[in-house]
Amino acid sequence: MAILDIRQRSGYLFLAVTLGQILLVSAQVNSKSGVPVIESVTFGIFSEVQRGLSGGFLGIRSLWTGYIGLRHVKAENDTLKRDLAAAQVAVQEQRALADRTRGLENLLGLRQQVKLNTVAAEIIGAAASPDFRTLTIDKGTRDGVRADMSVIAPAGVVGRLVVPSMRSAKVQLLIDRNAAAGAIIERTRAQGVVVGGGDDRLRMEYVSEVFDIVVGDVVVTSGIDGIYPKGFVIGQIESVERSGGAYKRITIKPAVDFRSLEEVLVVLTPTPAREAAQGVSE
Amino acid sequence: MKAVGVILAVAVALALQTTAARFLVRGSVAVDLVLVVVVYVALTSGPAAGLLSGTFAGLAQDALSSSVIGIGGLAKTLVGFLAGIIGTQFIVTASLPRFVVFFGATVLHAVVFMGLYVLLDLRHFGEPYAAVAGQATANAVVGVVAFQLAELLPGAVERRRAGKSRLRR
Repeated sequence: MAILDIRQRSGYLFLAVTLGQILLVSAQVNSKSGVPVIESVTFGIFSEVQRGLSGGFLGIRSLWTGYIGLRHVKAENDTLKRDLAAAQVAVQEQRALADRTRGLENLLGLRQQVKLNTVAAEIIGAAASPDFRTLTIDKGTRDGVRADMSVIAPAGVVGRLVVPSMRSAKVQLLIDRNAAAGAIIERTRAQGVVVGGGDDRLRMEYVSEVFDIVVGDVVVTSGIDGIYPKGFVIGQIESVERSGGAYKRITIKPAVDFRSLEEVLVVLTPTPAREAAQGVSE
Repeated sequence: MKAVGVILAVAVALALQTTAARFLVRGSVAVDLVLVVVVYVALTSGPAAGLLSGTFAGLAQDALSSSVIGIGGLAKTLVGFLAGIIGTQFIVTASLPRFVVFFGATVLHAVVFMGLYVLLDLRHFGEPYAAVAGQATANAVVGVVAFQLAELLPGAVERRRAGKSRLRR
């Protein structure tokens, strides 16, 4: 009887907890607009714990790699990495600049310069659940970052900022199932939408069958989504298949290795599409 | 297992998940350490502890992810409750039954979690069979190893003490 009693109690408890959570989910799904306050507050608090843990973790790691390991080589390697990262960012900027200038020269006969204002951020944590592909960075609203700003790395596009708190922010990676970006294939100028699949690959959708697309073609951002600046590398086409419909089935290998990311850049400069949207709303 | 111990275990799993686990992700295979802790608690402490740890852990994960708060909580509550019932109704002390429970719990979690998202038209998962199978295997391996460690370590301490006392005689 005692066992039965415990079972009954846990059964009632199960029903109560389940009902409570169903109500919680229903409330959010019905009235969700922007970021829920509870998520923002919890994230803000926990990101501080992540910062501390990350500090300890990185401290131990840097002690090992920097002191016990190869001290001089580590310092030299860090300098070289910084130089390379700066050079790669410069190449990205030049690519974006050239792309934009060429288009405008051809169409309008105008010249325009692109200068991105960015802030460097360190990654202090990852997603709490493997079903989501997010990262936590150590820059928040006090550093000027806002929701929907794009995040890039020297190699290419990383993702977009979704939940900023005062001293940290959550970044949704481009490989997350809910992520998407306007994209263009550099060689053929075929436009489409790149979406994440939850694994380490991206898909490009809505690319017409009529375009000549081959493995190895570079995919860059088109800039029409209002989040990512135009001309930044997303990745290289890994496979192209005929889907039988009007569109091709394209798989992309991201340019960024998301597992080894340690630092990223948040683009503070609004894209022309967003500026235009803000102008309209104002 | 006491409530403080459960909260501590979930907190450690969350901390590990958000710091070290991202280096362990390979392709579509990713270990859910928090789910492993929930199933472990359920098997060792019964359905009430299982469902409460599942609720706490799931809600914490939801709040820290960009997700609807409650969906992960609901999935983990159900998994914790059912794993607790299995733990009290069946003998789950050998490695193979434990592997099966962890594997099944992960699959059930994925079905409820993804099913609710698809039902509410919030997310689409395509064909996640390989990813779920990979995660279930990884979780099961981690869970079985955790059980082995938890059982071996206290024994090792006692054996060491016994060895010392024999030497003194």
